[in-house]
Amino acid sequence: MAQRFKDVDWIGLFLWLFRAAIIVLVLWGTVAKIFFGAGNAYSASDWIDFFVSGLSQGSLYALIALGYTLVYGVLFMINFAHGEFFMSGTMTATVFIALPLSASGFLDRNPIIGMLIILVVAMSISVGVALLTERIAYRPLRRAPRLVPLITAIGASFFWQYFFRGLYGSSLIPFPELQALQGKFSFWGVDILKTRAVVIVSSVIMLIGLYFFVMRTKTGKAIRAVAEDKDVAALMGIDVDRTIAITFATGAAMAGAAGILYGLVFRQVHFFMGFVPGIKAFTAAVLGGIGSIPGAALGGLFLGVIEAVGPPLFLEGLGIPGGHQLKDVIAFTMLVLVLIFRPQGIIGERLAEKKA
Amino acid sequence: MALLEVDNVHAYYGNIHALKGISLTVEEGEIVSLIGGNGAGKTTTLRSISGLLSPREGTITLRGEDLRQYKAHQLVSKGVAMVPEGRGVFARLTVEENLQMGAYHRSDRDGIAKDMRRVYQLFPRLEERKGQVAGTMSGGEQQMLATGRAMMSRPTLLLMDEPSMGLAPVLVEAIFQTIEEINKEGTTILLVEQNAHMALQIANRGYVLQTGEIVLQDSAKSLQQNAMVQKAYLGID
Repeated sequence: MAQRFKDVDWIGLFLWLFRAAIIVLVLWGTVAKIFFGAGNAYSASDWIDFFVSGLSQGSLYALIALGYTLVYGVLFMINFAHGEFFMSGTMTATVFIALPLSASGFLDRNPIIGMLIILVVAMSISVGVALLTERIAYRPLRRAPRLVPLITAIGASFFWQYFFRGLYGSSLIPFPELQALQGKFSFWGVDILKTRAVVIVSSVIMLIGLYFFVMRTKTGKAIRAVAEDKDVAALMGIDVDRTIAITFATGAAMAGAAGILYGLVFRQVHFFMGFVPGIKAFTAAVLGGIGSIPGAALGGLFLGVIEAVGPPLFLEGLGIPGGHQLKDVIAFTMLVLVLIFRPQGIIGERLAEKKA
Repeated sequence: MALLEVDNVHAYYGNIHALKGISLTVEEGEIVSLIGGNGAGKTTTLRSISGLLSPREGTITLRGEDLRQYKAHQLVSKGVAMVPEGRGVFARLTVEENLQMGAYHRSDRDGIAKDMRRVYQLFPRLEERKGQVAGTMSGGEQQMLATGRAMMSRPTLLLMDEPSMGLAPVLVEAIFQTIEEINKEGTTILLVEQNAHMALQIANRGYVLQTGEIVLQDSAKSLQQNAMVQKAYLGID
C-alpha cells in the first residue's frame, strides 16, 4: 500500500484536478447562464455583438501574433519588443499624418486614400523600427545563448517605449474619427459596427496575403528554408541575415497595419499601447502553436472571441460581477493552461522532435 | 592552374585545432576523394571550402580567385555547391521547393526549368514525389534530393559530404553511379567518405586525413594498393 502511494504522480494528479476544475467551472457557468438565466439577460443580437467584437479584436491579435510567430520560426526567439513595433508606427502616423489630414478635412473627403496613406506610413515606420532593432540589438547576439536575446528584447521594448514617450509625450492622443465609418450597417439582418467590419475584412485580407507570401514567393520559401537550417540555407545561396531582416520587416508591417486598425476601433493612441496587445498577441501565438502562421491566425481569433464571449457567458453564469473587466484573466488563464497541457498549441507541432 | 587549391589551412573549433595545415588541389574534371576516420577533419575541410567555417590561416582559391573573401551564400554564384553531411534537405518544404532553393541565386527561368527536368531525369523518383514534403521521404530519396538540389545551382565544383551515410548497400551503389554520371557531364567533385572502398573506386585521386593532417596522397589506384590504407580503411589485412 505504501508502495502504491509512492507511485502516485502528485504533480500529475494536481494538474489533472486543475484541468478538471477549470472545465467544470466553465461548463457550470455556461449551463447556469443558458438554462437558468443567471446574471443579465442578453438578446440574440447582444450575443452576436459580443461575437463580432470578439472577432474584430481577435483579428487584431492575429495580425500582431504573426510577428511573434514569424520571428520565432526563424530565430527561436520571442521578440518581446514586437508590441513596440506596433506602437511606434501607429503613434507616428497618428501624430504626423492622421491628425493633420483630419484637421484639414482631407480624411473625410477622401477616406480611402487618406486611410491608405496613414496605413503606409504606419507600416513603414514599424518596419524601420524593427529593422533598426534587429540590426543593432539582435544580430550581434545571433550566436549568444538563447536567454541573451530574450533579455535584450525586453530592454529594446523599454527603450522604444520611452523613446516614443519622449517624442510624443505621455498623454493619450486621439485618433481621428472617420465619418464614413460611423454607425452600423446591416449584414444578413445583423447590425455590425462599420469599424469592426473594416477591421475584420482588412485583417483577413492581410492574413491571406501573408500566407501566400510565405508559401508561394521565392522570398517566402527562403524564409522557410532559413527557419529550418541556416547553414544549409546559406549553402543554397540564401543571404541568411537579409532573410531574417525581411522576416522582422514582414511581422512589423503587419503590426503597423494592426496599429492603425486598433486606432480606428479604440480612437486613441499612447506610448504604452503596445504592451497589452503585444502580450495578448503573444498569448494568441502560443495558443495557436508558435511558429505556425495559420496557428497565429487561429489563436488570435480564438482568443478574441473567448475574451468577448467568455465573461457574459460563464463568468456571469458563475455569478461573478463585472465580468468584462476580467477578460484578461481569461486570456492569461488560457495561456497557462496551454503551456501546461498542450505546449505545442492548437495546431503546432511538438518542438522536442526537431528543434531541441 | 588547378580548379581548387587549398593551401596550408588551419581551422579551429574554439580551442580545438581541427585542421593542422591542410593542402590539397582538385583539377578540373576530376573526382577527388578525401578519406579518413571520425574526427579526422573531413567535414571541417569541406565546411572551410564552402565558407560555413572561417579558417584561421591558409588560402583557398578557385581558379586563382580567393574564396575566403566571400561569405557562404556568395560562393554559390562562384560555382561551389555542397551536399551537406546528413543530407540537410528542408524537411518541411516539398521536393520541388527544395530543388527551387538550389537554384535560389539564379533568375534564368528557362535554364532552371531545364535543369529541373534534368534532375527529374536523373532521379525519376523525385518527380513522382515532387509535391511531397521532403521530411517524409526515405534516406535514399533524401540523398537524391540533396544531390539534385546541389545540381540545380549548376556548380563547377561539387562538394559531397558522406553521401553514403546510413544508406542500404544497393542505394550506395546507385548514389556512386550518379556521382560518376554527374562528373562525366563536366562537374568536378570533391568527395568526403568513410566508405573508402567506394570512394576510391570512382575517384581519380585521393587524400587520406588523420587528426587534421593529410598523411597520404596519391592516385586512387595506388591508394587502393597501399598497405596502410588497406589495413585502416578497406578492412583488408
